[in-house]
Amino acid sequence: MNISVKEWFKSGSPWVWMNAGAVAISLIMVVGLLGLIAVRGLSHFWPADVVQGVYTLDGQPRTLAGEIVESNEVLTKQLIEAGMKLPEENEFSTRHLLKIGNRDVYGSDFAWALEHYFTEQHRPEMLLVAERREWGNLYGYLRSIKESGTEVARYDGNDKSAQYLALWDNLQQRIQRALEIHEDILEIEKHEIGTINYELERLRLKERGLQLKEVKEQSLYDAITQRRKELDADYEGLQQRLIDLYSEINRDSMTVEVAGGKIVDVQLAKLVRIFRPNDMNVGQKIVHYFAKLWEFVSDDPREANTEGGIFPAIFGTVMMVLLMSLLVTPFGVIAAVYLREYAKQGFVTRLIRIAVNNLAGVPSIVYGVFGLGFFVYFLGGNIDDLFFAAAKPSPTFGTPGLLWASLTLALLTVPVVIVATEEGLSRIPRAVREGSLALGATKFETLMKVVLPMASPAMMTGVILAIARAAGEVAPLMLVGVVKLAPSLPLDGNYPFIHLDQKFMHLGFHIYDVGFQSPNVEAARPLVYATALLLVLVIALLNMSAIAIRNHLREKYKALEM
Amino acid sequence: MNIENSSVIPDLDFDSPSARRGRKFRAIKDKMATVGIGLGGVSVIVAILLIFFYLLYEVIPMFRSAEVQPWEQNGQVVEPYAVPGAGNTLYMAMEEQAEIGLRVTDLGEMLFFSTTSGEVIKSIQAALPGETTISSFALASENSHTFALGLSNGQALVFKHEYKSTYPDGVRVILPTITYPLGDQPIDVASTALEHLTISGNEGSYALIGGNQGNLKAVFISQTENLFTGEVELEQSTTALPDLGIKIKKMLVMPDFTWLFVAGQNGKMAVVNMRDHNDPVITQVLNASSSKITTFDLLLGGNAILLGNEKGEVSQWFLVRDEQGAWQMTKIRSFETGNSAIVDLAIEHRRKGFATIDAAGDLRLYNTTANVNVLVQKVAQANASMITMGPRANATLIEEDGKLTLLHIDNEHPEVSWSSLWGQVWYEGYEEPEYVWQSSAANNDFEPKFSLMPLAFGTLKAAFYAMILATPLAICGAIYTAYFMAPSLRRKVKPFIELMEALPTVILGFLAGLWLAPFMEENLPGIFVTLLLIPLSVLAFSFGWAQMPKQVRWLVPEGWDAILLIPVIALATWFSIAISPSLELVLFDGNMRHWLTNDLGIAYDQRNAMVIGIAMGFAVIPTIFSITEDAIFAVPKHLSYGSLALGATPWQTLTRVVMPTASPGIFSAVMIGMGRAVGETMIVLMATGNTPIMDANIFEGMRTLAANIAVEMPESEVGSTHYRILFLAAFVLFMFTFAVNTLAEVIRQRLRNKYGSL
Repeated sequence: MNISVKEWFKSGSPWVWMNAGAVAISLIMVVGLLGLIAVRGLSHFWPADVVQGVYTLDGQPRTLAGEIVESNEVLTKQLIEAGMKLPEENEFSTRHLLKIGNRDVYGSDFAWALEHYFTEQHRPEMLLVAERREWGNLYGYLRSIKESGTEVARYDGNDKSAQYLALWDNLQQRIQRALEIHEDILEIEKHEIGTINYELERLRLKERGLQLKEVKEQSLYDAITQRRKELDADYEGLQQRLIDLYSEINRDSMTVEVAGGKIVDVQLAKLVRIFRPNDMNVGQKIVHYFAKLWEFVSDDPREANTEGGIFPAIFGTVMMVLLMSLLVTPFGVIAAVYLREYAKQGFVTRLIRIAVNNLAGVPSIVYGVFGLGFFVYFLGGNIDDLFFAAAKPSPTFGTPGLLWASLTLALLTVPVVIVATEEGLSRIPRAVREGSLALGATKFETLMKVVLPMASPAMMTGVILAIARAAGEVAPLMLVGVVKLAPSLPLDGNYPFIHLDQKFMHLGFHIYDVGFQSPNVEAARPLVYATALLLVLVIALLNMSAIAIRNHLREKYKALEM
Repeated sequence: MNIENSSVIPDLDFDSPSARRGRKFRAIKDKMATVGIGLGGVSVIVAILLIFFYLLYEVIPMFRSAEVQPWEQNGQVVEPYAVPGAGNTLYMAMEEQAEIGLRVTDLGEMLFFSTTSGEVIKSIQAALPGETTISSFALASENSHTFALGLSNGQALVFKHEYKSTYPDGVRVILPTITYPLGDQPIDVASTALEHLTISGNEGSYALIGGNQGNLKAVFISQTENLFTGEVELEQSTTALPDLGIKIKKMLVMPDFTWLFVAGQNGKMAVVNMRDHNDPVITQVLNASSSKITTFDLLLGGNAILLGNEKGEVSQWFLVRDEQGAWQMTKIRSFETGNSAIVDLAIEHRRKGFATIDAAGDLRLYNTTANVNVLVQKVAQANASMITMGPRANATLIEEDGKLTLLHIDNEHPEVSWSSLWGQVWYEGYEEPEYVWQSSAANNDFEPKFSLMPLAFGTLKAAFYAMILATPLAICGAIYTAYFMAPSLRRKVKPFIELMEALPTVILGFLAGLWLAPFMEENLPGIFVTLLLIPLSVLAFSFGWAQMPKQVRWLVPEGWDAILLIPVIALATWFSIAISPSLELVLFDGNMRHWLTNDLGIAYDQRNAMVIGIAMGFAVIPTIFSITEDAIFAVPKHLSYGSLALGATPWQTLTRVVMPTASPGIFSAVMIGMGRAVGETMIVLMATGNTPIMDANIFEGMRTLAANIAVEMPESEVGSTHYRILFLAAFVLFMFTFAVNTLAEVIRQRLRNKYGSL
């Protein structure tokens, strides 16, 4: 032995090791957490193989087909107690959670299956997965294609024959057609009709405003009525086009045999895509993976946010954060400049500095409460009374919305900007300032031309940290403007283009809402992981850039101090 | 080269008018900038401080006491006016807007009058049969608007006063009417004159109990509508009540007809169980008052009794189940009052409150839950005889010497008192005083329970379990990182852990709630084994490492030990989790959760304090770590070099020299971490059941102040007591974190100054 236990303890090295252990635990926790989010978030888009087999429970065989989502070991004894018949020699039994889809047929998307009873497992090549706009995924075998209710092609086998492939290609083409029509419908419904509705609402408000002001001029009212008639006519036209498109899109349908033998009729209009995961090679899977990933970041959510993309949430987060940084940057910088350059340094400034510093530690929900009470109800209520009386009793600004959310978060993050900017200002050597003043520049000129440019990286750091904090903050937003599903984006083609009074979607709230308020949490979970991953990436990126800028700044002034 | 020293001034004029103008312009610009920046800076700082004042501004109205003023109509004070109509008043009421009053007289007249002038709007005479007179009056409840007149022939008439608002020409006109819920024919109650009467019920089923001393009858009436004819048929059953043995003053029956309470004239109270309609049983006769009972009324909801007596005392009573499961009429609380006899008591229609007028003419306003007397004001001379409250509790009518006085009451938040917020309160239907937070319910006569104690307790509980995990890990980690770790590694590890501070807590909450909570439930024994196994494995490995030959040990440079430990700890964790099911099988018969609940009697929630401890601990580790690390790293190196040079081991140097110097910094780190844990919202919201219980059990959840705000704020009505209490919760959080952070900041600044001098 190198060293005896007693000596070893006396040297204190076990304690050092314990401390090292604490660091190691922290690191493992951090890496583990990021890894967990990354693995679960990224694996969601991979087209998993679909397993088919016969599940015989209580002597009743039932064909199951689905993706194995999770497998775990359960005590055999417990299962036996629960009334299952299992051989007792194995202490543990394997249990799979299968995503069997076909919610409209089976009633639920998921099923537990014990490995012991799940026999004849195989991965049929021709088993198709259809992503639908409603009712989740469909798993089954393509049987026929129908056009306007009459069958145009049919195949009854399960093997990969040329006939089947022809049928498949035919189907793909028809789906492509349906998707294109679907795009057209969306364009009309969301944009064109949306614009008309928006203008109609504005006309209504204008009319109401005139009535409130007791304007008697009939010509003004006539102009509104005239315009309304035009819009109604446009609306009729669009409505007619929509009806045509709908009958077009509903032309095709397919029949699919699901596990269990039932034949299901599916409108192609309801499909997003179909694929056969068991028949895809790695290359195809990668293409599919990225297509899904793109859909995730660029598409609207479907099925109460549990499927589809999160584009509106990304957009809402970015909008809110941009607005917030527009507000927070000038105010934060001015306050910091005032505190550091203009205010008399003394007890009061020190007190204010401590107060500002500590406000960064005040719980965010407190800011939310303040935002709701002061901004929304007090300021917003008064703004409505003054400027939006026509829209009353429905509130315009007197209700949570984008502007108030940005303002609340600006208030929440302004201490971060102030502290960072002040630190930057304090790092600028006195000599630089004095040099500028000695050359005859005024204090303001010194500030604008010398001090602020030198402190700009510090300001950048502050703003980036503020953005990172704002992007991840959810609690106050729940009170001042975030919703689970916003009907439209806060930025669109309707005057005044940016709608500050609108409610918006937010990545963080999306995680909370889908993860905890959604009716089908199990199905939504992978999506929440993916959203979480996206949020973590954005925030880590922002923070890392802030750190990089800070380090760069330190290097820069190290040279100056020499 | 020859440099000529010329004295010729270059042809530059610094004092030309344009240069002067330029200088002036620059000076003005500078001035303006100074003013602008000053204004901007101050306004930003003021905006930040506004939070504090705004929260206070929303909270303060709760603690303002009530006010009573003469009613003003169109800027004119409403003077007392003569009571409309003749006879003595049996009952008075007002409609919603307090514009129309109703007066029921002992002559059977029901007068609707303007409350501001006394002008009679409508008068209805009750159709008394034959030569009968009115011998008693009974009110079902203020909200039901239903009352009954007992007649001298043993019959009773039931009325309901109703109001309809119409808007002819955009002006509101209120039309009062009297309807007959049980038909306009008198109902037979007893064979003797109804000297005493009580009524209860609504929509379809009523109970009338009346008679005279020693001869009481209970009549239960149910209405059924004939499906074919549409006629309403009454079904009656009559029961005789046993002799109560006390001189009856007043009777009250509960809205569900299960209990009858009788006040005796000499201060006794009898309680009759009427659960079996055919066999009423006297369960209690008790001495309820030390002097003659003067008022006896049911509080809003009809579950509690308010009893006033000649000495001026008012007390609240309700039925409480005792250990044997029997219902006992219990005195819950008595209210702070004057010494003059209580003349009349008026019940609020929407809140658990009431008003009294006493023989000295003092008006008092109370809230029962908060046990507060929010107002005492002399509003009458010594002869006031009756008081009534408007449905919105904003008006009261007082009758004195044949005159009526209409008063305006401003009493927005009587439910709040120190004891109702922070103390144990005996709520209706509870067996003992408790701390309860329950802010809303579906029914209107609900008693709001605004005890902040369970929330404050939950907040501290969550913070406590988080700190238990975070403090040792963060401080030990910081010690190692600052003092022992190789600098090159430190430069990577520190930003990495600090990066975690920016991790959105919604992600931590989501993982805690949806991944960690079920995982822990499934691997409960494994989690406990981990706690034991990780330190042991670290010790074992390090001891083993010390036994290694130098050649092996020197492969790893000093200060990289933490990296060596990563696989060790990962392995230990994996092993603990892997043996968890087997361990569960051997020790706990396969189900530890079951064992905890059944054998130890410890309740287990899936989303519990342990999950919070880990998730929120995770959130505060970076905060504590970062500040502690800075504090330790900032300890001047010459101190530790000196100690090492004197022969101390690194560990001794650390504990005896470095740590004492850095301890204020570490303390402030813990404070700031604590502040963060207390105010954290999303993790608690997502990873606990959010049930406001007061139980320190690690396997149960909690509701914190912050989570409570997030849950209830969006639904609370602006300006209501609930809304303001949520602001108070926010204010408490604000002040707590602000105080803790300021303390930490001051300590840190002190520390910085101290190092500066070393």
